[in-house]
Amino acid sequence: MKKIIVTGLMAALVIACGSNNSGENQAPSSPASSDQSSSSGNPSYDPNRGAGKFTKVEISASLDAAKAEAGSKVYSVKCSACHKLTDEKLVGPGWKGVTSRHSAEWIMNFATNTDEMLTKDPKAQAQLEICLVRMPNQNLTDDDARNVYEFMRKNDGIK
Amino acid sequence: MKKNQVLPLYVLAAVVLLGTYSCKPRNAGSAVTSGAAEKAYVAPGKYDEFYNFVSGGFSGQMSVYGIPSGRLLRVIPVFSVDPEKGYGYSEETKPMLNTSHGFVPWDDLHHTELSQTNGEIDGRWVFGNANNTPRVARLDLTTFSTAEIIELPNSAGNHSSPFITENTEYVVAGTRFSVPPDNVNGDVPINTYKKNFKGYLSFISIGKEGQMDIAFQIQCPGVDFDLSHAGKAKSHDWFFFTCYNSERANTLLEVNASQKDKDFILALNWKKAEEYVKAGKGKKVAVKYAHNVYNEKTHTATSEIRNEVTVLDSKDFSDLCYFIPCPKSPHGCDVDPTGEYIVGSGKLAALIPVFSFDKLQKAIANKEFDGNYEGIPVVKYESALYGEVQKPGLGPLHTEFDGKGNAITSFFVSSELVKWNIKDLKVLDRVPTYYSVGHLCIPGGDTRKPNAKYVIAYNKITKDRYLPTGPELAQSAQLFDITGDKMQLILDFPTIGEPHYAQAVSADLIKSKSVKFFNINDNANPYVSKGEPEAKVVREGNKVHVYITSIRSHFNPDNIEGIKIGDEVYFHVTNLEQDWDIPHGFAVKGAPNGELLIMPGSTQTLKWVPDRVGIFPFYCTDFCSALHQEMQGYARVSPAGSTVPLMFSTGKNLPPSDSTSAK
Repeated sequence: MKKIIVTGLMAALVIACGSNNSGENQAPSSPASSDQSSSSGNPSYDPNRGAGKFTKVEISASLDAAKAEAGSKVYSVKCSACHKLTDEKLVGPGWKGVTSRHSAEWIMNFATNTDEMLTKDPKAQAQLEICLVRMPNQNLTDDDARNVYEFMRKNDGIK
Repeated sequence: MKKNQVLPLYVLAAVVLLGTYSCKPRNAGSAVTSGAAEKAYVAPGKYDEFYNFVSGGFSGQMSVYGIPSGRLLRVIPVFSVDPEKGYGYSEETKPMLNTSHGFVPWDDLHHTELSQTNGEIDGRWVFGNANNTPRVARLDLTTFSTAEIIELPNSAGNHSSPFITENTEYVVAGTRFSVPPDNVNGDVPINTYKKNFKGYLSFISIGKEGQMDIAFQIQCPGVDFDLSHAGKAKSHDWFFFTCYNSERANTLLEVNASQKDKDFILALNWKKAEEYVKAGKGKKVAVKYAHNVYNEKTHTATSEIRNEVTVLDSKDFSDLCYFIPCPKSPHGCDVDPTGEYIVGSGKLAALIPVFSFDKLQKAIANKEFDGNYEGIPVVKYESALYGEVQKPGLGPLHTEFDGKGNAITSFFVSSELVKWNIKDLKVLDRVPTYYSVGHLCIPGGDTRKPNAKYVIAYNKITKDRYLPTGPELAQSAQLFDITGDKMQLILDFPTIGEPHYAQAVSADLIKSKSVKFFNINDNANPYVSKGEPEAKVVREGNKVHVYITSIRSHFNPDNIEGIKIGDEVYFHVTNLEQDWDIPHGFAVKGAPNGELLIMPGSTQTLKWVPDRVGIFPFYCTDFCSALHQEMQGYARVSPAGSTVPLMFSTGKNLPPSDSTSAK
């Protein structure tokens, strides 16, 4: 009888310790950061569009001067520190010809969804290997991004 | 057969032995039971459940911890300069530390109090008090920075502060060191204390946007007001202040202020005071105090000196103030979630008196008084007393509530937390603290709705709890799980300065409102550069204004020439980043005024008076990108009277390098 009680107590101790150990050994749960999946192996990823909210941007043949003017102001405050309007690389690539190198959707997605693009988009990653400075997310609104794209078109000679 | 029966027993014994070893507390004195690590563990990348706002004591700052992990999240500079934040060094933040005595770089922050609506924490602001040069600060919980500071005239040792009423109508400030009022000649012999020294209780009104104004002050006898708490629900209109030194001693208070068996809790009807002030019964008194406000749009603080305050003299009004006798130099003054029970904690007592608000009201109505003290009626002890907790421990200091009918009181002398039931005044549980606990905190523990998952003890003495670090050790806080009947120690964590009071609140109330960066387009600093095209250098007499931008990873301009000895140079650095957690720093060699730290979208200014001719590098001090090391520039300082023209550039040489190569 005595033996049974003692054994029972011992077992209780073991159980108490067990739960303690399991706590310490618990694997950290999944990281807080969002989607880590890469574009490779994901056939649905469109490298011409990039990752972000813009899927189809309507662009007219001629320049929207008002948009380009608004875009120029955004450029001055938020972009000009790193991007020249020539083809010369400063911190980031110069903007001359950028509208023929990338689609409107890709540019606007990159400008507004910078971190995810730098993590998964092949063209953005290739550029990062050259510049080695991650483009800051300058928190452009959707309109800002569209206007900056129009300013890029103006810079590329669209009239 | 017998052998086979014995073997499993050996195995079991071995297993049990192993188990017991792993269970044995690593530190024999810590009394940690199983499961503690699990309860305090917050996995990497996961958030804590509570924010804990902890006073920084003699550091003058307020620190923010995550609970239950005990992670230090931020130290918010309040009453002291802070090189880590640039607070008190940049031209924009210097006015925050202005007082009627001038710039005070270091004070002593004792208590924290989160703003409330209907007696519950609302997550808008947290207040802190400066004990030395009396002030109250309001901290904004969207930016975790100090938004406003108001100085208190007629005061010294602002200790019973910054406690608030249930809708944050008022923040109070009660003077611990009575002094002669500011508007009379204070050049009096110190031994005329009883005649000339007064205690003041200030009521600071809080506007919709948080604006602080001294609505009125109440002049009281020259005792030492210690701590306070507002009433709740039925006692909403009342404020309760403990005081010691009713002996009114002015020397060796350790002995001379401990003569009487009882000091007082002052019950003050602030609604009545409000009415008297509205009716014009207050006296306008000429004083001098600073009011400092940080403007988030200009990223600049302004300081103004105010010259008048309204005073009510407590002895002129028969229904404003009442003294309740309270044993042995009372310290903490805590009101339970229902507003009925007021707990006074005598520092030298071996019992806890609990007063009843209903009984107090009846005693006042029936004039059950024991005479008066300096014109203020003294309610009979028994008439206001609900009951006493007998033999709870030695030296009760502070009490918080669990919202389930129980209170937890800290005991400094016997170094423990004691849980007791408010209704039957019976002790339910006690746990030792390491060592000598002062304040304690339950999330919402002084509100109508405590969230009683944890209690945190803030200890005054650390000794052997941490690895030795010389004569001084970090203060120790201890976290207890109080979800069960027994309080369970689950974590020790070090704190900044000396933690006095602290408050905690569910992170959900605050985290989603946190500002990530300042919109550069809204930046209204007069010296902002909105984009690199606006960067420039302008001379105004001997003042040189450098409008300089920073973005990963360069300054514009980064070559500056034409500064001369005798000039005052102002680097107005605008951080062009519009991204979370990307501050830039700014430091220039030899600047005796410190450095800058500039939040994304903001502008901060470093004043620099060069002391010698030469080339002075400047650089970014806060790691910003892979090319952070390259984020540097040069300023050239020429002798007084030099003809070197003012020039500035980035990315090209001005003048062209070949034009100077011959020299």
